[in-house]
Amino acid sequence: MHTHHKSYQPYVSPFDPCKPMIEKTYSTPPHLYIGFQPPNLPQFTPMEALRAGTLWKAFYDPWYGPYEKKNWGVPS
Amino acid sequence: MWIYEKKLQYPVRVSTCNPMLAKFLIEQYGGADGELAAALRYLNQRYTIPDKVIGLLTDIGTEEFAHLEMIATMVYKLTKDATPEQMKAAGLGAHYANHEKALYYENAGGVPWTATYIQAKGDPIADLYEDIAAEEKARATYQWIINMSDDPDINDSLRFLREREIIHAQRFREAVEILKEEQGRKKIF
Ligand SMILES: [Fe+2]
Repeated sequence: MHTHHKSYQPYVSPFDPCKPMIEKTYSTPPHLYIGFQPPNLPQFTPMEALRAGTLWKAFYDPWYGPYEKKNWGVPS
Repeated sequence: MWIYEKKLQYPVRVSTCNPMLAKFLIEQYGGADGELAAALRYLNQRYTIPDKVIGLLTDIGTEEFAHLEMIATMVYKLTKDATPEQMKAAGLGAHYANHEKALYYENAGGVPWTATYIQAKGDPIADLYEDIAAEEKARATYQWIINMSDDPDINDSLRFLREREIIHAQRFREAVEILKEEQGRKKIF
């Protein structure tokens, strides 16, 4: 299983004007790793799929903002 | 030709009056990586791409119009009851002067949509790579808007739209694989 986020630590200068963000992250969603979709992948139920935006569990990668509780949506 | 269903692809609910969020969402309406650009880009490329992937461009291009309608609904709901004063405070004063509450194809900075946002190179690989890039950029735009939004209902719809961008990118990547296949060789997927 691949992670859907990667992080790195940019250089922090003693003279940075803003409080440094020690760690920066970026998104690496699952489709980057799957290639041509293999047959017989596990599916959501139709109702779950309508909410998730995909029928395929392997491609589900919800994004949450800093102001919201995570994972109140579709079970993964 | 198209058949229209008079409903949204995914429900759009808005919990708070927040015209500033409308200003940000306009990026996905009339911006370079927005839904209008996506729909027009894909539907236009169909004519000069190998037969095997025309249907994919039709499907995704059509779905982008469904997304455009969702974004339009959000922008409309977020601004329809805003006073001129609130529009000004949200950074939409210039928009109000020109368009009142009307929607317009422009980006978050107020720059009108232009066909130079999209390309049709006639080279199938070049065109599909542009499409993949467009999907990843639209996915990123949704991330940044969700990061700035504290409206849980809007974020729910935006999360759905971002997931669709992931699926579109996946399908365009698969289209490249189909066009790369050596002719006459047995497929092994
Ligand atoms: Fe898309």
